[in-house]
Amino acid sequence: MPEFDRADVVIIGGGVVGCAIFRRLALAGLKPLLLESGGDILSGASKGNSAILHTGFDAPAGSLELACMQAGYREYRTIHHRLNLPLVETGALVVAWDETQLARLQGIVDHAHANDVPDVALISSSDLRRREPLLAPHAQGAVWVPGEHIIDPWSAPLAYALQGLAHGGRIRRNCKVLNGSFDGAWSLGTERGRVTAGVVINAAGNHGDLVEAMCRPSPFRITPRKGQFVVFDKLAARLVRAIILPVPTERTKGIVICRTAFGNLLVGPTAEDQTERDAAEVDEETLAMLVAKGKEMLPGLGEVGVNAIYAGLRPATQFKDYQIEALPERRWITVGGIRSTGLTGSLGIAAHVAGLYGRHFRTLEEAAPIWTPVPNLCEERPRPYQTQTGAEVLCHCEWVTRGEVEAALKGPLPAGDVGGLKRRTRAMMGRCQGFYCSAHVAALVEGRIEL
Amino acid sequence: MIERDVVILGAGPAGLSAAAELARLGVGKVTVIDREQTAGGIPRHCGHLGFGFREFRRVMTGPQYAATLAETASQVEVKLGVTALRLEAGGVLQTMTPTGPETLRGHAVLLAMGARETPRSARLVSGTRPWGVMNTGALQQYVYLHGKRPFERPAIIGTELVAFSSLMTLRHLEIAPVAMVEAGGRITARAPGDWIARLVFGVPVLLDTRLVRILGSEKVEAIEIDRGFGAERLDCDGVVFTGRFRPESALLGGSHLAVDPGTGGPAIDQFWRCSDPAFFAAGNLLRGIETAGQCFREGRAAARAIAAELEGKLPPTGMGVPVQAEGALSYVYPQRIARDEPLDRELLFLARARKAAKGRLILKADDTVIWTHRISALPERRIAWPVSTRLLQGASRVTVALEERA
Repeated sequence: MPEFDRADVVIIGGGVVGCAIFRRLALAGLKPLLLESGGDILSGASKGNSAILHTGFDAPAGSLELACMQAGYREYRTIHHRLNLPLVETGALVVAWDETQLARLQGIVDHAHANDVPDVALISSSDLRRREPLLAPHAQGAVWVPGEHIIDPWSAPLAYALQGLAHGGRIRRNCKVLNGSFDGAWSLGTERGRVTAGVVINAAGNHGDLVEAMCRPSPFRITPRKGQFVVFDKLAARLVRAIILPVPTERTKGIVICRTAFGNLLVGPTAEDQTERDAAEVDEETLAMLVAKGKEMLPGLGEVGVNAIYAGLRPATQFKDYQIEALPERRWITVGGIRSTGLTGSLGIAAHVAGLYGRHFRTLEEAAPIWTPVPNLCEERPRPYQTQTGAEVLCHCEWVTRGEVEAALKGPLPAGDVGGLKRRTRAMMGRCQGFYCSAHVAALVEGRIEL
Repeated sequence: MIERDVVILGAGPAGLSAAAELARLGVGKVTVIDREQTAGGIPRHCGHLGFGFREFRRVMTGPQYAATLAETASQVEVKLGVTALRLEAGGVLQTMTPTGPETLRGHAVLLAMGARETPRSARLVSGTRPWGVMNTGALQQYVYLHGKRPFERPAIIGTELVAFSSLMTLRHLEIAPVAMVEAGGRITARAPGDWIARLVFGVPVLLDTRLVRILGSEKVEAIEIDRGFGAERLDCDGVVFTGRFRPESALLGGSHLAVDPGTGGPAIDQFWRCSDPAFFAAGNLLRGIETAGQCFREGRAAARAIAAELEGKLPPTGMGVPVQAEGALSYVYPQRIARDEPLDRELLFLARARKAAKGRLILKADDTVIWTHRISALPERRIAWPVSTRLLQGASRVTVALEERA
């Protein structure tokens, strides 16, 4: 197989974790090469999540996950302005809907304090009603977590990828890694040819154990956990201010009601194990259950339409914690089992991985960052349709201008497929789902993206 | 702030016919705004025949009809590429125009934003989410506005009139859909829809057939259907979800105007007035879908009411008498009757049944039955009947019910 590319360090997987590692290593002066199997970054687990920046208040105590989430949380807060990324400071309420759940709230507060999230506090049902008057009256009480916030789950990793590119990293899409062999350096067989790598970082998400098997028998097994979501119309976003979390169970954080940075409101996710690693189907029964569950908690949803439905796959393993490990003699770093907290944890994971890299492979030095701000898609901040004279609005539901779509097709990392275009612009993602604009958008992208 | 006598929101059949009628009645300062770059509304991309016979005594295609409508309103200012962002009390509109933000105020504002089909997402259809799933509206735009072939052998979901519009759009490309899939036991559109589908287009119409799920990773590969004996795979490369129109009412949801949960549109009185009398509404915004011709007539009627309002000739809105839909009816409008002089003016109730139903249509003023009529209703057929306001005199509540025969 002819050589297609080579690099000192190759990251397999362009999800939020891969993009954050890519950024961190590029900032440290390496010239990382990121290989993504999909047509664009964020094609796997990272395309469907609940878009919350977590404090880690409920993460397992002493876990690597907690450490990465909290480091990631702090770094996001520090850099988001520079990258023009939103932070909607909503806070979250863990709501008890019955006596049993109510009895568990104090434990949640204690756990949060032990996790060094000191501002978490119990609030009464009357205080809850004052904060969220439209919540169903059977809410018994809640835990207030002021630090839980909403971010844009797609612009953030895009900004990380762009910053990595600005620092000399490279990204290859449609470049699935098929096999690999090691003889002091790695030779990876990809769909586009052979890639030589000094060090490989496995950030392959739902394919993590398969990629790991190139290096060693994988110590973890991925069982993709599907989460279905229902997105309600923008009219629903005014029904609630905070993120509404349920009292969690052993298995899942449960079904969340959460505004989005884009001004919609989502209800989800479910937690359904499956073997299929790529396709996540929605099903009518579950979606109807989510709609009903949403209405049960927030009755006002009954008068609001559903805009979108989606399902994401989180790479769950048999372990609770992240599976991150350096194998110096194999020149390999494993970053696996990053389940639902990857969006928050990504920057912390990246710092942790850079630490491993520095310790085992080469001392890293931080360069002065080049900032690569991304276009704002957050409703709460000015958008081009409001600020640019003469802007032609192409998507009327999400108010996306022609200029925004054109911009997403240019630059160092243009949209690679329709999904990527939607994630970069929100075109066709609103209430009409393309009734009005999809043909115009298709005409605009013709020859640049295959539809 | 720009002050106008009348601002019309939406340059489709209802908005343009209202504009033309206001011009004919000599109402001075009228502005039509529309977010699209071309006036005409949905007919712009209905490239087949079937428009304009009653209005213009000529059978036209949708684009011809749209152009003719625009022509009849040519004396009126039409501003395109204008996005309405918010409706505010007293006829105020916050808009974004190609030259920046603009506040418009009309002594009367006519809301005529139309309707759109329910997309796959809001129908909560199972399966993957590949490219190639769209509504008739998007399909028509691909074909008639951009000359594109989005797929070669799609399945069509639904058999409302618009599904046949989808068929005609596909025939224009010489594409034969693999099937039309209808969950009900009969074709929703007026006969001879099934006959036309089978004989003229050669398309199998699958009745009593449930769409189970959509298959395909990047692009649609197949659908699964259930005809009552388990799931069957039907290979196709696209899915067109037709019908189930709903008012394009996003602006109402965030506004002070009362919305009727039955129609999904603004609640109006017999003079097309919304709960804020500075706002009027006509056309498909009022409910799901009617023909362009019906929207045209409503726009014209609303224009006459607006002209009367500007001359101070409409009765005050006051409390009005609420009108309620019951039984198998999903809605009725007007939803409110303003007390009016003289008392024997004729008003027209329009309603739709929730499902196919046979029985009696009953009109009650309070608890008194004042009128009944035997009907056989289908959900996609308009039920319309005139009533003299004299019959409703003194009532505090009007009920319209479709009681099914046991």
